[in-house]
Amino acid sequence: MDAMTPPLTTRRRPGERLKGLLGSRWALLTVLALVVAGLWLMASLQGIPGQRVLSLMVRGVMLGGILALGAIGLSLIFGVLRIPNFAHGDMMTSGAYLALLALSFIPLGAPLGPFSFGYEFLVALVIAMPLVGLLGYALDRLVFRRLRNQKSPPVIMAMAALGSAFLIRSLIYVFWGADFVFYYTGRPRPAFELFAGIRVRPDQLFILGLALAMIILVYLLLERTKMGKAMRATADNPELARVTGIDTESVIRWTWLIGGGLAGAGGVMYGLDAQLRPEMGWWLLLPLFAAVILGTIGNAYGALVGALVIGIVWQVSTAFLNPAYGPGVAFMVLILVLLFRPQGIFGKPGGA
Amino acid sequence: MSDVALIKSLLLTIPLAFLVFRALPAGLALAARLPLALALGWTVALGVTLLVPTGVMSYLASFAIVGSIYAVIALGLNVQWGYTGLFNIGIAAFFAVGAFTSALFTTTAPTGVAAGFTQQAFGLGAPFLVGVLAAGVVAGVLAAVVGGPTLRLRDDYLAIATIGIAELVRLVFQNERWLANGPQPLRGIPQPLVCLVREAGCPWLPAPIMGLFAPLSPRDYTYVYLVITALFVIVTFMVLERAVRSPWGRLLRAVREEEDAAAMNGKDVARIKLQAFVVGAVIMGMGGALYAHYMVAIDYSHFDPLYATFLIWVMLMLGGSGNNRGAILGAFVIWGVWTGAAFAVDALRPALAAISPELPARGPYLRLLLIALLLIFILLFRPKGLIGEERFVSRHSGSREA
Repeated sequence: MDAMTPPLTTRRRPGERLKGLLGSRWALLTVLALVVAGLWLMASLQGIPGQRVLSLMVRGVMLGGILALGAIGLSLIFGVLRIPNFAHGDMMTSGAYLALLALSFIPLGAPLGPFSFGYEFLVALVIAMPLVGLLGYALDRLVFRRLRNQKSPPVIMAMAALGSAFLIRSLIYVFWGADFVFYYTGRPRPAFELFAGIRVRPDQLFILGLALAMIILVYLLLERTKMGKAMRATADNPELARVTGIDTESVIRWTWLIGGGLAGAGGVMYGLDAQLRPEMGWWLLLPLFAAVILGTIGNAYGALVGALVIGIVWQVSTAFLNPAYGPGVAFMVLILVLLFRPQGIFGKPGGA
Repeated sequence: MSDVALIKSLLLTIPLAFLVFRALPAGLALAARLPLALALGWTVALGVTLLVPTGVMSYLASFAIVGSIYAVIALGLNVQWGYTGLFNIGIAAFFAVGAFTSALFTTTAPTGVAAGFTQQAFGLGAPFLVGVLAAGVVAGVLAAVVGGPTLRLRDDYLAIATIGIAELVRLVFQNERWLANGPQPLRGIPQPLVCLVREAGCPWLPAPIMGLFAPLSPRDYTYVYLVITALFVIVTFMVLERAVRSPWGRLLRAVREEEDAAAMNGKDVARIKLQAFVVGAVIMGMGGALYAHYMVAIDYSHFDPLYATFLIWVMLMLGGSGNNRGAILGAFVIWGVWTGAAFAVDALRPALAAISPELPARGPYLRLLLIALLLIFILLFRPKGLIGEERFVSRHSGSREA
């Protein structure tokens, strides 16, 4: 991409001007709002009641919360290490299955209130998160750090990430098989009416609440701690960060630990909402990258915004599209962003 | 010696003679090299056909067919990644689109009762080669559509977009019944030149030549198709070897090595990348067509990212990216490892059962584990692969760069 010329010094051709206009942050947000409005319109034209669309939007926000847990880590890793971590989806899957493994060791408790799970699920979640963080760290120690030391080109690291993705998935296949499983089989998961005819399951509210809590924790970590600041600085500009004396290796370590932990939590929640399948994370990879690019690579808050947009668009589209096309809808959003504003909502012009 | 063995050995001579021809010293005059290659190739072919049991032989032939199809696709990937440095992890998209396009072009749309079981958008009943060409064209157009907006951006955006297109293509062929029979397989894809092994024979072939093929029975069709796929590998290989030694090939490597320098020299980098991406995709699409006509029935599940993308990447990385011989070698070696590991897992069944009763059924996934580890080991310890890139400037300059 050629850098945009400052508007005052040179006169721009109408085409360039239009492109500049289309490429602005607000134009992109408007386009996205129009996409959601258009989806709504298409749904209402097909006679789908507004209540259902509204329920889908609420579900979309929940899905966005799950996606955000993956996308924040993916964006930080992308920013700090310059690696598109294709293993991120499978790290989410590993979180879901590690929680399943932990559940098999914990005595089953009674369901907590309206939820379908008992205390043991929360324990399993707390066990799975750091394990996935450690998995990310182990991948870095065993693979990516060696490649960094060998001065391998970034695209080789991307390929190593792809290899790691298949490595993780093959281990899941070997240990748990290819069939889908539930955390709790045979427990009824009734939906109740929240308000105005919007129906949700209690578990989904839990997922949303937990995702919000973790995002707040990440916010505090990034804003209030020294490591968080170093991480943001490195994600924004690795060379500058190194020159300012930031210990990049330690930043990289914490990025994998935190990104992995969040991915693990996201995987557990995705598994709770639907079911566990070895491919679940791979299928999430595309929406995750769409969220990261939409929200500008390396920007954790952008990843959150991107994830919410993708989650909503994905869910609302199921009102009139085959739900299987969800990741395809995310892909369409990604292509729109790449066409008009490849640097994402929060990127600087010409930064892509 | 039986007639069957003779005709089989003659068929096998075609790929073998090419291998011998390549192996003979280039200094030899063509008048000596060609007959020598043919003679040696035929000797080997005859020896193999006579000595190896028929069952093993036909297994090897079908192994070589799939190996050749993978070799074609790996050659396509080599244009994109090996020479131009484009990171395409959506090979499955072009593979699948090619396979389904050729299938739709060459089958005839079912009518009457059958139409209730098999739905397809159209069926032209076109000849095999038309199907293969159409497969290349459609895959190329798809590549232009994906590459257009993404190739001017950062490298990793192309990778992400190709994952997306592969998923989208898979979803379409899984869910759209009207297009190519939805999740059900699209059946009855014609086998080219199958008439050679049929009782009735090919009407367009002169009787004496047809008589030559008379001893073959329908189950010997594998040998005929092996010749077709082998010829495809040979032609693709020769065209690509020419292309990468041409100014265009130098341009590709210039873009890969020093994109900015190429741009500063007035080269339209985005355009060159798009050309390489489309050319690679056309080859992949044709490989997909070869696959469809071999399988006879295809469905979306054949184009899983594991078989249709990941395995091909490992093939190219093992063989040596930036080297067409490496791409072919890697395809056969990895396909050998993949099928060989199946036997190994089978042999290990009792041991696996002792560890856990569920493990033997999951044996196939141990192969995936092996291949994934292999890729990471290649990247860490031998990034240039088995052969590595040939350093050359032009086919006109005899000396090779050090």
